[in-house]
Amino acid sequence: MKRVIIVLAVLFAAFSVFAASENALEIFSWWTGGGEEEGLLALFDLFHTYYPDIEIINAAVAGGAGTNAKAVLKTRMLGGNPPDSFQVHAGMELTDTYVIPGLMEPITFIYKELGILDKFPKDLLDIVSYKGEIYSVPVNVHRANVVFYNKKIAEEIGMKKEPTTWAEFLMYLDKAQQKGYIGLSLGDKNKWTSLHLFESIVLAELGPEKYNKLWKGETSFNDPAIKHALSVMKDLLKYVNSDHSALTWQDATRLVFEGKAFCNVMGDWAEGYLKTLGWKPGVEFGWFAVPGTQNAFMLVSDTFGLPKNAPHRENAIKWLKFLTTVEAQDTFNPIKGSIPARIDADKSKYDVYLQWSMNDFSTKSICPSIIHGSAAPEAFSTALMDAINKFVTEQDVNKAFKEILWIAEDNGYVTD
Amino acid sequence: MRKKNLVIGISVVAPSIIAIAIFVYGFITWTLRVSFSNWNSFSALLKGEYKFVGLRNYIRLFQDTRFQTDLWNTLFFTLFFLFGTIALGIVMAILVDKGLKGSRLFQNLFLFPMAISFVVTGTVWSWIFAPGNLPNNPQGLNLLFQKLGLDNLMWGWYTSTDSLGHFNLALIPVIIAAVWQLSGYTMAMYLAGLRGIPNDIIEAAKVDGASEWKIFWRVKMPLLTPITLSALIILGHISLKIFDLVFAMTGSGPNFVTDVPAIYMFELTFRSNRYAMGSAIAIIMLLFVAIVIVPYLFSSMRGEKR
Repeated sequence: MKRVIIVLAVLFAAFSVFAASENALEIFSWWTGGGEEEGLLALFDLFHTYYPDIEIINAAVAGGAGTNAKAVLKTRMLGGNPPDSFQVHAGMELTDTYVIPGLMEPITFIYKELGILDKFPKDLLDIVSYKGEIYSVPVNVHRANVVFYNKKIAEEIGMKKEPTTWAEFLMYLDKAQQKGYIGLSLGDKNKWTSLHLFESIVLAELGPEKYNKLWKGETSFNDPAIKHALSVMKDLLKYVNSDHSALTWQDATRLVFEGKAFCNVMGDWAEGYLKTLGWKPGVEFGWFAVPGTQNAFMLVSDTFGLPKNAPHRENAIKWLKFLTTVEAQDTFNPIKGSIPARIDADKSKYDVYLQWSMNDFSTKSICPSIIHGSAAPEAFSTALMDAINKFVTEQDVNKAFKEILWIAEDNGYVTD
Repeated sequence: MRKKNLVIGISVVAPSIIAIAIFVYGFITWTLRVSFSNWNSFSALLKGEYKFVGLRNYIRLFQDTRFQTDLWNTLFFTLFFLFGTIALGIVMAILVDKGLKGSRLFQNLFLFPMAISFVVTGTVWSWIFAPGNLPNNPQGLNLLFQKLGLDNLMWGWYTSTDSLGHFNLALIPVIIAAVWQLSGYTMAMYLAGLRGIPNDIIEAAKVDGASEWKIFWRVKMPLLTPITLSALIILGHISLKIFDLVFAMTGSGPNFVTDVPAIYMFELTFRSNRYAMGSAIAIIMLLFVAIVIVPYLFSSMRGEKR
């Protein structure tokens, strides 16, 4: 009898611990490593100084660059057990998966209440909106259409001015290859990096206005510019390392660091990686926008939204309001190595590369990335990724273009 | 007394049976149901309206070039993997069975790879076979070849998109890694089998004047047939479902040269949200394994009845 009482007492105590966290805030993300986790924890600390009574539950899920977290999130949303707020890429990843089926609350009221509708680029607010309502708060911004290059090799091949056209770019790649270097390093073991390269080429060929219109159904995929983008990619592939399918993106960036490759096209998380390897921006490595995309900013951004029936809705709204402040964004981004989504942030906290990025962010057209979840639903981007993977080997422009049209048609885009 | 035993017996087994009925067979039936539906997006899943589309997902799969490549890859991988593990297993078992000095050590050495997870094996072998940027900057095995002056042995390994007919040469390194991992298993089984062969038979054959080779091929091998069969079945169904080794080692590969159905299923279900297509692949894989296992079960059950 005594044992039964003790067991019951323990169970009761255990349950009461759960019941006690009424004033809680559950934040769901996949920021579990490196600068990301550090940045997230810094945000939590800062949030605590404003709301010391709210207990933050860090429901981060590790692994798979977010694929594990996304699977867990889907299960929770399906089961009617949403977290108070969750990390999600800006744009289609949220809109297609959760907004359209009606699982998210619009948060335009937050922006209006705080009067900050003009503090974010209009293109960006467009990306996180659906039918006129805003659904998430962008916290950080990465630029995807960047070429990072090894300055020593650049000097050796006589590059005085950064190339702005494909012809110039190919000329430098050729010069580098003549000297025995890899022209353009690529690491597509995980397949997505070749689409990352291709989408920047498409952006260059279509231009930012037409590119953005593709995703709104206002322009057709059946455009000679996209076919031309495939031939440009074919030309670039001549200068790519032969073992690209055995390397990850980090390996490819490493080739530039080790002086084996001249340059690499990657988002600016590569800049963070080069810094951890010991290089300084502007000293050992330089950068420029992918030729033809100087007037466009290909966006990769993490945002937080408000699911319907969030268990602690008031706290979730406090969190979202907190995330829109300059202070929060300037706390998180320097640690993570990205730039804030607000255009009035404190530039002095960021290194010389990030300042270049911030300048372009507030002045150029903003375009959603395909492979990083902003432009199109995942079914489209993974199918396109597979088609480009085939193209890298077969290099058949006509066949690949037809496949792209089929994939676009399958996903409801305009193809006539 | 008898009845009490029966009741106790059933109540001990019942929880397992119920659990298996729900979590294995129930879920298999559900997967079958999903594979006949149109749930190929998250919103379709959310809406939950079931629309029966028959074999449409299956037809789309068999028309898909990626899936066709997967099937060919599975066929060749299975063939060479089974041949490699069994041949190597027999050779190692014979060597160890001789009882020479150090055979205990080698017996354990050959078994160790089995203790490592497929993911570790895949990762390390992918480093070993990483070709480097040929011809100037080889890595791994290619670097070794270069240092030994065997430059013309360097090739792309699992980055190669060459093929002999439908056999993608990029599968060779994957097969080598898999055989390395599991030939210890076949060796252990054959060793047990060899030690179970009564000495009188071997003595009798020797008296009859049979050579070493003849003894092996005509006496020992036939007696080891049940072991060969068992190894074929167990390794066969592992290779039909193989995922973690290939995923960790090479991923899908350029132009899907090392892609297998399990990887495609994973990407369709968890990356593309195309649940019905992913379920269709799962059911197809189940059928493949069933084709291998069910006849074996029947024949062994008939054997027991005798």
